[in-house]
Amino acid sequence: MGGKQGQLSIDDKKRLLQEMLFARRFEERCYEAYVERKIGGFLHLYSGEEACALGVLDAANPGSDYVITSYRDHVHGIKAGIDPKVLMAELYGKVTGCCKGMGGSMHIFGTESRFMGGYALVGGPFPLAAGIAKGIKMKGGKEICICFLGDAANNQGTFHESLNMAKLWDLPVLYVCENNLYGIGTRIDRSTAVVDQYKRVAAYNIPSTQVDGQNIETVYAAATKAVEHVRSGKGPYFLELMTYRYRGHSMSDSNAYRPKSEERIWGKRDPIINLRDQLIDAGEMTLGDYKNIDEKILDNIETEIVKFAEDSPEPPLEMLEKYVLAENDPWVKGGAS
Amino acid sequence: MQNIMFWEAIRRAHDEEMTNDPLVFCMGEDIGVVGGTYKATQGLYEKYGPERVIDTPISENGYTGIGIGASFLGVRPIIEIMSVNFAWLAMDQIFNTAAKVRYMSGGQLEAPIVVRSPGGTAHQLGAQHSARMEKVFMGIAGLRVVTPSSPKQAYGMLKSAVRCNDPVFINEHELMYNMKGDVPDEEYFHPLQGSEVARSGKDITLLGYNISVHWCMQAAEILSTQYQIDAEIIDLYTLSPLDRQGIVASVSKTHKAVIVEEAEPMVGVGAEVMAIINEECFFELDAPPARVSAVNTPIPYNHTLELAAIPNAQDVVKCVLKLFGR
Repeated sequence: MGGKQGQLSIDDKKRLLQEMLFARRFEERCYEAYVERKIGGFLHLYSGEEACALGVLDAANPGSDYVITSYRDHVHGIKAGIDPKVLMAELYGKVTGCCKGMGGSMHIFGTESRFMGGYALVGGPFPLAAGIAKGIKMKGGKEICICFLGDAANNQGTFHESLNMAKLWDLPVLYVCENNLYGIGTRIDRSTAVVDQYKRVAAYNIPSTQVDGQNIETVYAAATKAVEHVRSGKGPYFLELMTYRYRGHSMSDSNAYRPKSEERIWGKRDPIINLRDQLIDAGEMTLGDYKNIDEKILDNIETEIVKFAEDSPEPPLEMLEKYVLAENDPWVKGGAS
Repeated sequence: MQNIMFWEAIRRAHDEEMTNDPLVFCMGEDIGVVGGTYKATQGLYEKYGPERVIDTPISENGYTGIGIGASFLGVRPIIEIMSVNFAWLAMDQIFNTAAKVRYMSGGQLEAPIVVRSPGGTAHQLGAQHSARMEKVFMGIAGLRVVTPSSPKQAYGMLKSAVRCNDPVFINEHELMYNMKGDVPDEEYFHPLQGSEVARSGKDITLLGYNISVHWCMQAAEILSTQYQIDAEIIDLYTLSPLDRQGIVASVSKTHKAVIVEEAEPMVGVGAEVMAIINEECFFELDAPPARVSAVNTPIPYNHTLELAAIPNAQDVVKCVLKLFGR
């Protein structure tokens, strides 16, 4: 947890720098494993967007608050509390994975950490998040549900349907829009009549803000306010974070649709490098310290995380027909009567 | 025993389950203040309040998804979709989420929702309000699909469905809500798996479900009194998973089978049951299995044409007589 009133202490910044760097290295290692064909299917990487998930969730209570997102879900899952090696094993399709190899990259789940899943239909989690919030309310809980989705999801009907009902019933849900400017390969101004996503939410009388998603301090401060609003029972909130993904939409994307000049501009706004330089300038860290941290992370990913995934067994064939329907559910037979 | 209408039986099941468990709630269009288009939730808004009897906006995919999300936390939603034609709009959430979430999470999450929705051809409702969609739902792994033919089944199935940990789709019929039948006074839970012998016979098996069970009953009466053919009727109250054993047991006894469905024949219940018969008891057959289905068209508005589009008891009789070479 960070400091009060949405301010990050120096220690928080150092910790978050490390978490962001870990997320970056983890995702880049996934890239390599995908190229080596160790990871299959579709793989959507989060590189460049780290400050969004890590900044928002640091302002909430991961593990207690419910988190739900799309298919770009690894970093959210790790921050919620899923062991990165178990997550990597899932990407490898191994039985030791968080979903026993049944989910894959787009379907990361960790219900023990209240990470309610990665979903692969764009916009699908909007109503699910409102429903989780309805469940919290019915059970009298103090938790909130945080739903992370990209800007392009807002062009689905579920966005409008869910925001309407979330406000109508004042459900404790925080919608975080990670606006990375592209819906797969189509730039936002070519797909969306209103480019500023936070403005669209006014139609549902939901308070909203747009902030720089590349600065974790800004994200943290905005998220602190947003989380407070939702937790206090005032209903939903919509937080738009302006961000950029360094890779294509997925690994099957040549990423040729984005001008190099645009990539260079966003490259200069890198959340990790900027926070690192800030800490170095303030005399809180040296470049050598940073490199040491990086080396430790790389070593940990190789020797603990990737090794665990590599060494883990395949799921047994009996898994194929497991989990389709509930096993031995007495009510299927009409209960005890 | 009480002799009550379909809607009263469904209403009673809601009421009992909501009293039994404070985490059971229901949601849908006009189910609260209005009491439900078919009165299935009448009086419940007054009794349980707006947090548990929720009038939703007309956003089928949205509110179905909200029900699914709530069910992740162990809350038990009963979702009424006013007409099965509107359920098309909720298919994304039902198929992509509810049916798959346990599987893709490796058993971590499940979506114990109930979706109730009436389908079928009622009186001149036209092409977009006359869908019969049970065949679409039964094609999706991870869902249970049941369809009651009597108030007793409607009552007991809803009660079991609320408590079952699988997502259950209950296919009701718009023309059956005022149909009367006996329902036990004491609490009763109907199985969500299996079939039942609605009429015992020896000469031919008629397989029906929901409204077509009643056509089969009428046909059996005619066959018995006018043609001395003793038909057995199997009520396929579970469409997914289909009761292979029940189908095979009856067909192996009578050696003839006719499947009666209100829907179009393409990729339907009849096709699926026929496949089961061919796979499991082909050599028991004295005649090729036949099906009585709707004409493969949208449903027309004109009443004469509408009646011509869907089957009835006379069509069943004709089909049976043909199998007997009469």
